[in-house]
Parts: sequence; C-alpha cells; structure tokens
Amino acid sequence: MLRSRESGAWPSRGHEGPEAVAIVESVMRWLADPAHWQGSDGIPTRLAQHLQLSGESVAIGALIALPIGIGLGHFGRFGNLAINISNVGRAVPSFGILVIAFQVFGLGDLPIVIALTALAIPPMVTNSYVALREVDPDVKDAARGMGYRRWAQLLRIELPLAVPLIMAGIRTSAVQVVATAALAALIAGGGLGRYIIDGLAQQDYTKEFAGALLVAVLALATEASLWGVEQLLVPRGIRLLQVPASRQATAFKTA
Amino acid sequence: MAAPVFLDIVDPWVNWDWLSTHIPTVLAALGQHVTLTAIAVAGGLAISLPLGIAANRWTNLHLRPAELAVFGGFYTIPSIALFALLIPYTGLGTVTAEIPLIGYNVLILLRNILVGLDAVPRDVIDAADGMGYRPLARLLRIELPLALPAIFAGLRVATVSTIGIVTITAVIGLGGLGQLIYKGLIESFHTPLVVATVLSILLALVADVALAGVGRLAVPWSRGA
Repeated sequence: MLRSRESGAWPSRGHEGPEAVAIVESVMRWLADPAHWQGSDGIPTRLAQHLQLSGESVAIGALIALPIGIGLGHFGRFGNLAINISNVGRAVPSFGILVIAFQVFGLGDLPIVIALTALAIPPMVTNSYVALREVDPDVKDAARGMGYRRWAQLLRIELPLAVPLIMAGIRTSAVQVVATAALAALIAGGGLGRYIIDGLAQQDYTKEFAGALLVAVLALATEASLWGVEQLLVPRGIRLLQVPASRQATAFKTA
Repeated sequence: MAAPVFLDIVDPWVNWDWLSTHIPTVLAALGQHVTLTAIAVAGGLAISLPLGIAANRWTNLHLRPAELAVFGGFYTIPSIALFALLIPYTGLGTVTAEIPLIGYNVLILLRNILVGLDAVPRDVIDAADGMGYRPLARLLRIELPLALPAIFAGLRVATVSTIGIVTITAVIGLGGLGQLIYKGLIESFHTPLVVATVLSILLALVADVALAGVGRLAVPWSRGA
C-alpha cells in the first residue's frame, strides 16, 4: 500500500461538482507548466523512455514470436501449443513478472525489457498462427497448381493474405506492452508511469492524475496509429473482400 | 576466499519456513483475489448481457464494430491509468478497483455474447416463432442456450485476464495476491513474490479449466460434436 487509506485526498472530497472542476483546472495547469516539459523528469524525456522500452520489447518479441507463429501456421503443426500460449500468457500476472525480473536482473532497463518482451510474445504467436491457418486451402491448392514452390507460396500468397490478423496480433501486443510499461515505474524504471507512481507516493494527486491522462492518451494513440498502419498494409485485394469483423485478434490484456 | 558477508545470506526463491508460518496471510490474500475477480466478472456479465441482448435484437449487424469500439476505447486504457484517474473521485479501495475491471470484462463478454446471439440461425428463430414461443421464452430457451458456448469462451478470457490484472490493484491498497508481490518488491524478499505469482497463475489456470468444464456441462447437446 502506497499510503494509508484515511490520509487526505483532494481538498474537498465528497463534493463531486466543484471538486471535478478543481481537478481539471489543477491538472491543466500542471500540463501547461513549462517546467514539466524539460529536464530528466520532463514529459518529453518520460515519453521517450516509455516509447523506447515499449518499442524495444515489441521489436524483440516480434523477432521471436512471428517466425514461430508463421512457421507453426504454415506447416500446421503444434496448433495446441500456438493457441494455448495465449491462454497461459494471459494467466501470467504482469506485475509479478516485472518484480521477479527486477529481483533477478536488478536496476535498469534490462529487467523491464525482458519482462515486457515475455508479455509481448504470446498474442503475436497465437494470432500469426491463426492467420496462416485461416488462409483458404483452395487458394493454396491453386497456388501449387500454378507452380508456386513452398517458399514462394508462403511469401507471395499466404503471408499477404495473413497480414490483417498478423498485424492485429502485433497491435494487441504493442498496446499491452505500452500499458504494462507504465508499471515499470514500480521497479524504479522510467516512462510515463513515473508520474503516477511518484504522484501516489508523494500524495501529489495533480501529478498522479496528469500522468494517468498521459498514459491513457499514449495507449489510445498506440492503438489508433497501429490500426492506421494495419489499414495501409492490408493488400488491396483483401480490402475489396471486406473481411468480416469476426477476424479480430484474440483478446489479450495484462495491465 | 573471503566472500563479502552479505553474500552469505542468500535469499532463497522460496523460504519454506516463512511460508509455513504465513499460510493465513497467503490464504487471506488469495481470498481477496477471488472476491475481487468474482465481483469483476459477475459485474461485467450483469452489464454486458442486457446490452448484448438489446444490441442483438434491435440493432443492425453493420453497427457491431461501432458498438464494440465504445468499450474498445475503455479496454485500451491501462488499468493503472484508470485507477489513478478514479482515485480523486472514489478514493483508494474496492470501487476504484472494480470500475476498470468490470469495464474491461464488459468488452470481452459483450463481444462474445454478440458473436453467440448473432450466430443463431434464422431458421431456428423462425421455427421457434412457428412453435408459438413468445420473445422472452424464445430468448431464454432457444437463443441464449445456443449462444452459451460463445458466452463461456468469453467468461474464460474475462476471468483469466481479471485474475492477472487484480494483482495491479496492490498500488491502490488492495491487490489480493498482488499485496504479496508488492511486499516482495519493497522488502526485496523473494518468497511472497514467488508464491503469489505462482498462485496467481495457478488460480487463473484452475478457473479456466473449471469454467471450461461447467461450459461443457451446460451444453450437453453439443457433446461429441
């Protein structure tokens, strides 16, 4: 517990109306303060740390997960493993994994990136596996009939058709990694989560609230921008097919 | 070789002596974890079921992405941010913990309830109408039973995800097993950390298997299919 329950909250608790206005005003003042936009605890620095930790973890996770998922899906092997890795991944508490990584690897970015990478892998494996499995067998037969070799068929037929779901898996992972990276502050890491954790510890609720807004906006922006990338990467032929909305990535939430 | 003294006192990953004397502490944390999870899943179901039934009955299939996007935005926001945004209004405690958890489960369950209800074949509904079912009876005795497999799939995902996220409520003074993870963090004491993480994973897996079993019992007609 970061502080006792009875210690003071906002000045006028219990009066929702004026209190809500007071919070918004003080948070706006905090965000507008130039002092919070510079230096080692400034928003640009914290945002850069957050993006760096998340970006590294998603990139390393993708390098590990995508070949596994695509390989398993292409060859149709170990389907249970590919599906169940998401179920098991969902069961792992991100907070516990972060703290264990901290106890093993100590201070610094290493434990954070290792924990976040571990959390990034399961949805990417499952969704890329499902993406490859769902490629219409008739299309694969047609490709073989046209003389495509195995690699050409994988690269030029199966992968383009699997792009929407593979990208949805990467987006699911990335959003969860950005969310979980906010917990890195609990193990003395950087990132925007610092404001939330420091604000709670210092009973500076303006800072805590402003940090929460920044984290929420970053998560939504990550989701929206990767959704945009997804739309750009979907081959035109598939977009014309109007793939139904049921082809969504497996729900995955760890933080 | 004279090793520094502090290296002689190696903290083992699990100190069984501590564990054997702290079983009540662990059980209390586990109990809180189960309670917080049960409220979150039951609350999510209580909200998503009427919403799903209403959307299935009165809105067009083309609206599904838009309807789900409303809750999708909420689902995208990290729990720690929602807790922090709620603290000024609802303080530290159960209400602040449950609002985000219930909201996340509404998305997962609503999506699955709609998948299940939207997939009930038109022929089946026509047959039920022809047999004289009133709308409510048709819903309770035909449509919802047919949607049960999808609803149970949603309940499993919701329950397992919630068990993981509940640990994070340690930062607002709750946490269930997350309390022990937090204790392990601030005291650099491995045992509660490892025990709580392992128990949290086991709890999630047990809940998943149990719900899968109940789901199978609930739809006896699909067995062996």
